[in-house]
Amino acid sequence: MNTEIKKTERQGAVLFTEYERGIAIKKAVSMNREDILYEIKMSKLKGRGGAGFPASTKWMLTAAAVSDKKYIVCNADEGEPGTFKDRVLLAEYPELVFDGMVIAGYVIGAKEGIVYLRGEYEYMLASLEDYLQAMRDENLLGKNIGGREGFDYDIEIRLGNGAYICGEETALIESLEGHRGEARNRPPFPVTTGFKGKPTVVNNVETLACVTKIVQNGGEWFRAHGTDKSTGSKLFSVSGDCKKPGVYELPWGTKISELLKIVGAENTKAVQVGGASGHCLSKDQFDRTLAYEDAGTGGSIMVFNESRDMLKVLKNFMEFFVEESCGQCTPCRIGNTKLLEGVEMIERNDFTFSYINKLKELGRTMQVASKCGLGQSSPNSFISILENFKDEILNKGNGGSNGK
Amino acid sequence: MLVVEKNALTEEIEVLVEKFGSDRSSLLKILHEIQKKHRHIPDFAQQEIARLLDIHPVEVFSVISFYAFLNTESKGRNLVRVCQTITCDLLGKEALCNAIEREFGCKFGESTKDNKFHLEYANCLGLCDQGPAMAVNERVYTKLTPEKAVEILNEVK
Repeated sequence: MNTEIKKTERQGAVLFTEYERGIAIKKAVSMNREDILYEIKMSKLKGRGGAGFPASTKWMLTAAAVSDKKYIVCNADEGEPGTFKDRVLLAEYPELVFDGMVIAGYVIGAKEGIVYLRGEYEYMLASLEDYLQAMRDENLLGKNIGGREGFDYDIEIRLGNGAYICGEETALIESLEGHRGEARNRPPFPVTTGFKGKPTVVNNVETLACVTKIVQNGGEWFRAHGTDKSTGSKLFSVSGDCKKPGVYELPWGTKISELLKIVGAENTKAVQVGGASGHCLSKDQFDRTLAYEDAGTGGSIMVFNESRDMLKVLKNFMEFFVEESCGQCTPCRIGNTKLLEGVEMIERNDFTFSYINKLKELGRTMQVASKCGLGQSSPNSFISILENFKDEILNKGNGGSNGK
Repeated sequence: MLVVEKNALTEEIEVLVEKFGSDRSSLLKILHEIQKKHRHIPDFAQQEIARLLDIHPVEVFSVISFYAFLNTESKGRNLVRVCQTITCDLLGKEALCNAIEREFGCKFGESTKDNKFHLEYANCLGLCDQGPAMAVNERVYTKLTPEKAVEILNEVK
């Protein structure tokens, strides 16, 4: 498979830097567990999957839980439309991800790590398995890792079976246990009651890669990048109407307009930040910054130029959610269907403003009433596209033909 | 299903249960292997898996019905999945699909007459920077043109 941007061309301050497998593991096992936790707390690392939960809190809760078994789960079920950074990390930088998993196991006291790799990435499985074997041969996995007496740990890769919802951590755990991937009620949270009822840390691929770098260079170093509330850098998966789509590492706090320049986007009309479940921003919002405190994202940036019909874009998103809703809770199951019907009404030019406003209200209800992140975030694009592109979609008859 | 076929299938599942363990958490691994080999999970296999894992066959069926990559009905020998999510859509997925439909005389959602291909749409394959993208069984192809896509499919045995 050819990648647009080669590994040698990748530039970044934190993740896309020189690293040799095992360095951070060897450093970690010579440290106290508490000291590593302290470094991660100092770094203010937040979850890179999109939700932005502080990694150190998750780890401390799991480390403090009393149990005979604990698990580390690496969430590589990246199903969000427009996201492919984990694919690049696993293919080109597996050393960062797996070393991070081993360090997590050491800190928390887990003996088993599981990578939940999305089924679509099955073509990577063989090389990842080989990589794990090479780690075993170097005593970076297995018994007494890095010479640390009593630290036994191994990693297993499990394949997903094509369900977007399994990227939600409790649905992922259900899937690992051999059930339908339906989200659980929370609490209890996975940090105390996770895989097989045992304390489990579920971290995004990129979060674990950051951990490796934090252990290597320290929390202070990590915190020097990015903004005060969003520390470090972020991998952005850029796709759509731009000259150079691909994965970019940029510090948090980068303006959207700056990013558009870097990727060579011209005549940009809209930027979808955070994938189908994120928000769609119009031109007047391009000076907003990419950060948890402003325009937060799991890394997906989709660029649309002037020739695109935003109603068609919205329809594509809503079709996606109708298909991927697990159907467990009513707000999400029925809500997404109703929102898609609304989009089709606008398409047929057979809508009333009062009904569209009711649908937006329904979207806001879904945001609070849905059981998991899918239904809570799926109305985001419906609401933001209809508000930011109101003139194009609602005030121009049939959604604006735009030559399409 | 012939008795010999049934026996062979049972044996296959027993080997898998032996390999992965009879714990419930092995269920998806076992289903994945059966799906990969047979391109579907026959009723009899569901019953045998349920028996060996000591769960109800309905549980097995409910899991299969949940996941997009698992199915109970036999489909074409090769599974063709074209990404339908937004970026691939913008980059010309429709022209790609039309060309494939014309060339192989069957619609998306169906199998070809000779049962060689089953055509499906897939949600985001994670190749948005290199669309339009298509997966044939486990392999993925990127930056396709309609012509290239048809060529690739013609080379599939």
